[in-house]
Amino acid sequence: MLFRELAFSAGDGEIWQITGANGAGKTTLLRILVGLHGFFEGEVRWREPLAPSLLYLGHQPGVREELSARENLRYSQALSGQAGDPDAALDAVGLYGFEDVPAGRLSAGQKRRIALARLWLAPKPVWVLDEPFTAIDQDGVARLDARLRQAAAAGTLVLYTSHHRVGDDVRRLHLGDAGGTP
Amino acid sequence: MSGVWWAALRRELTLIWRAPADMAQPLFFFVVVVSLFPLGLSPKPELLALVAPGAVWVAALLAVMLSLDGLFRRDQESGALDQMLTAPVLSVVPVSAKLLAHWLLTGLPLALMAPLLGYMMQLPVAVLGTLMVSVLLGTPTLTVVGAIGAALTVGLNRGGILLAVLVLPLYIPVLVFGAGVVRTAQDGLPTDGLLAVLGAILALALSLGPLAVALGLRISAGD
Repeated sequence: MLFRELAFSAGDGEIWQITGANGAGKTTLLRILVGLHGFFEGEVRWREPLAPSLLYLGHQPGVREELSARENLRYSQALSGQAGDPDAALDAVGLYGFEDVPAGRLSAGQKRRIALARLWLAPKPVWVLDEPFTAIDQDGVARLDARLRQAAAAGTLVLYTSHHRVGDDVRRLHLGDAGGTP
Repeated sequence: MSGVWWAALRRELTLIWRAPADMAQPLFFFVVVVSLFPLGLSPKPELLALVAPGAVWVAALLAVMLSLDGLFRRDQESGALDQMLTAPVLSVVPVSAKLLAHWLLTGLPLALMAPLLGYMMQLPVAVLGTLMVSVLLGTPTLTVVGAIGAALTVGLNRGGILLAVLVLPLYIPVLVFGAGVVRTAQDGLPTDGLLAVLGAILALALSLGPLAVALGLRISAGD
């Protein structure tokens, strides 16, 4: 068992940081919350159907190496129904000039930036981000940090896992001790 | 909804097109396997014509199955599969586009190549059209049914063998009727009935298959 007796409720405009040792179940918790993981006991309730309001970025950025940055982002937009100018979003994450480069030729950090570019498109009310700061450089972390706070100020609920702390009024959810009891 | 479908179709075609080796592999396999029969069996025209329907069909069936092992693997490894499953569209929309794209660039070339291989295997020219139509009707079924197995085994490291075990029994009706059509044509009998059966199996696969694939992917993502 990864965790038990876990209960929390989050509302609009809040930023939740989920922490815990490696293997504590941070990713699993996020996957349960977005409905990808079905094997658990308990209940996850959202105010309205989650899918249309969710922006989920998983542990893997979901970027195909054969496609260019713009093609990847365009397809994400088509799937999620997010409006917005893809080039402007790629510009905002520092990928100006890399729009047509196949993602396979970009670095790990740049690939993650392609996925993160979705945060600069038309906003969604719920953001669930698994380790969004991984492989991002200092300047990028600062920009992402600012973006998360800006979104929360506009009423977006942000749930993320990372050791990076966004602002001072972030709520923390710490997942038990490493390993847990089987 | 249809906008998503077209976007998905374009993406899938681009993805396959940019990995031409993956696309050529099933076709290459198909040609090589059928070409080995005259070498291993005997170049006697009567004998080749006798085994031709079965040989061409078995080779096509295995070629499709081999191509399916990696159908969802890269999407799963890159996290694109999770993006699809959490998107506000029914998963069956992008899934059906993926299956169509996969068939267009792997199954369709097999069907176009089949008459040439049939000719090489000494099938009478009059039968080659029937051979092509039977492969044309059969390969989409093989793709869709195989994709169900691929979806269920995508999370496993060595899914290849399990995929074969899951899928081959379901391939048997297609093989029996597909090769049967060609043999019937060889005997000069009418083939409409058998082709209609292949078409009926195809209709069943197309209507229910994509739903099963989408469900399989959701199950695979859940553990």
